[in-house]
Amino acid sequence: MMKKKQKIMLIRIIISALLLICLQFITMNGLIRFTAYMIPYVIIGYDIIKKAYKGIKNKKPFDESLLMTIATLGAVSLGLYQESQGRIGDYTEAIAVMLFYQTGEFFQNIALEKSRKNISELMDIRPDYANIEKDGVIKKVDPDKVNINDVIIVKPGEKVPLDGIVINGHSSLNTVALTGESIPKSVEINDEIISGSINITGLIKISVTRNFKESTVSKILELVENASSKKSKSEDFIAKFARIYTPFVVYSAIILATLPPIINWIISSNAMFSVWIYRALTFLVISCPCALVVSIPLTFFAGIGGASRAGILIKGSNYLETLSKVKTIVFDKTGTLTKGNFEVNAIHHNKISEEKLIEYAALAESASSHPIALSLKKAYKKEIDISRIKEIEEISGNGVIAKIDNKEIIAGNEKLMEKYNINPIKCHSIGTIIHIAIDKKYMGHIVISDIIKPESYQAIKNLRKIGIKNIIMLTGDLQKVACSVAEKLKIDNFFSELLPDDKLQKVEELIDGKNILAFVGDGINDAPVISQADIGIAMGAMGSDAAIEASDVVLMDDNPIKISIAIKISKICLNIVKQNIYFALGVKFMCLILGAVGIANMWLAVFADVGVMIICILNAFRVLFIKFN
Amino acid sequence: MKKTYKIEVDCANCANLMEEEAKKTKGVKNATVNFIFQKIEVEFNDGADPEIVMKDVLKNCKKIEEECEIYLTR
Repeated sequence: MMKKKQKIMLIRIIISALLLICLQFITMNGLIRFTAYMIPYVIIGYDIIKKAYKGIKNKKPFDESLLMTIATLGAVSLGLYQESQGRIGDYTEAIAVMLFYQTGEFFQNIALEKSRKNISELMDIRPDYANIEKDGVIKKVDPDKVNINDVIIVKPGEKVPLDGIVINGHSSLNTVALTGESIPKSVEINDEIISGSINITGLIKISVTRNFKESTVSKILELVENASSKKSKSEDFIAKFARIYTPFVVYSAIILATLPPIINWIISSNAMFSVWIYRALTFLVISCPCALVVSIPLTFFAGIGGASRAGILIKGSNYLETLSKVKTIVFDKTGTLTKGNFEVNAIHHNKISEEKLIEYAALAESASSHPIALSLKKAYKKEIDISRIKEIEEISGNGVIAKIDNKEIIAGNEKLMEKYNINPIKCHSIGTIIHIAIDKKYMGHIVISDIIKPESYQAIKNLRKIGIKNIIMLTGDLQKVACSVAEKLKIDNFFSELLPDDKLQKVEELIDGKNILAFVGDGINDAPVISQADIGIAMGAMGSDAAIEASDVVLMDDNPIKISIAIKISKICLNIVKQNIYFALGVKFMCLILGAVGIANMWLAVFADVGVMIICILNAFRVLFIKFN
Repeated sequence: MKKTYKIEVDCANCANLMEEEAKKTKGVKNATVNFIFQKIEVEFNDGADPEIVMKDVLKNCKKIEEECEIYLTR
């Protein structure tokens, strides 16, 4: 649908174009001819002339409309001058320039509207309604009107309108619009679900945990919309350039209209005023920097929109720009490169069955919420029977001593064993080792370790492929563990046994002001480091406000491959921005030079203005069609 | 305090000029025009009354681009 304003413009363009063509076939003379030509000129240009008048009144000499008006009226005056010399005056050019200029503006308007629509369709996650059950009747309401703890119903095929917890039913959800992950996620009762995902199979009832404004969908949309308000350096450059460019062209035009004729007049007493004034008017037609000013934010925005579809939220054009220049990437290990949940990996030298060993270990550690204890409970698989446990004593940092089934269980590290004169068998595996003794007799040990995400291998390879020179890993974990992970993933450099403060200090040391450094973390305990880095990337951030707040780039799922995709998108965008800058400036300066020496006429000039703008906009659109995976 | 208003402006360069004008207006700490989404985010100085300030912003913007519009009520 075209807006009313656009429709009127289209009609004006068509009428004046037709009139202009007709006039070419009618022979008229003198004043009648002049008047006839002025009709299409006024039809197509009246608003520009009006704006030009306002420009004069408000003392804005570099107003675009004013310059267009001077250029075209100047051309008309030259026509009149030709008439007065007994030749036939050329008015067609003035009308054509106005016509092309308006056509260009018209297309630009349509293109922008289209891009706005396209991009918002890309992010088509905004829910239109929520189903609320009241007195047995299902009612559709505005998601804005739903309160926390209200129960909403989501049918198959519908969008989840608000964040909440499933209280009834089970289903699988398509989260592709949020995370870029196309494999559906299954949800059961008590699972948290996030707004913006689409319910595929079953009907579910959800107890709302966040109102619409706080829900994930609103947060994401707000973030993406605000992203284009954070302007990139390229945009600032162009804005500054535009401020110089127009005055520069206008002053050049004035010089061109006066200086050469005066010199000519002195040398040969033939000033050729009309020739040089025409060339100066050609300058004015090229004086608008619009092509650049439009296409650059558009490119960034298309990039941000495309990235968000891949589950990558980039919080500003400036960050998109910086991302393309990243040279060093620092990873946090746990939860970023590794799964972050510890698992029982092996059991060695066990004197009793593996199941029994795990059972005693799980019971002994049952009071703790440490990740190690949780992994033991997970490996045990059965419910913990608390009545079997008589007492538990935690030896901080070393392990536990517990009485279970009237046996004394000692579970912990080597130090703990040695303290009780038990001789543990040393383990060469990487990870946390839990030695277990029952009634002071050594029974074997359990190896618990974090597992590397299967995607991490490819992620590191991809980063190298796109030219990331330095990949560094930081971890609070033991040197031995860090070394093994770094070796497996082929990471250049790692620093281990770091406290959160040490990580911050390390990153500060690594930032050298020359090479852009990105830090990737899970955003839970490394928020200060994320905000300290040149670019902070938080992963697995879906639903975590703290991570979204602290970071510049947010990966909705926890797949590290997304980092190289984000960098790739940013590089493509920056490339297009550069192409547009060089192309637009190149063509314009070429036209200025050709115009000054008289090769380029006003027709070429108006192409340089309008044509370049349209080509730049189309080039910016390319970002939307890039396949990211 | 920050507030966002819907705007209407046709050319990107004019949008940049609007931003400059808005920044120069008394009572405005900072302003950002988002041409693609057609909105302006204005950060006001402490103690400034947004309603009064925005009227001035609109007046100043109208000077550089007669056809621009800022929708003061949301």
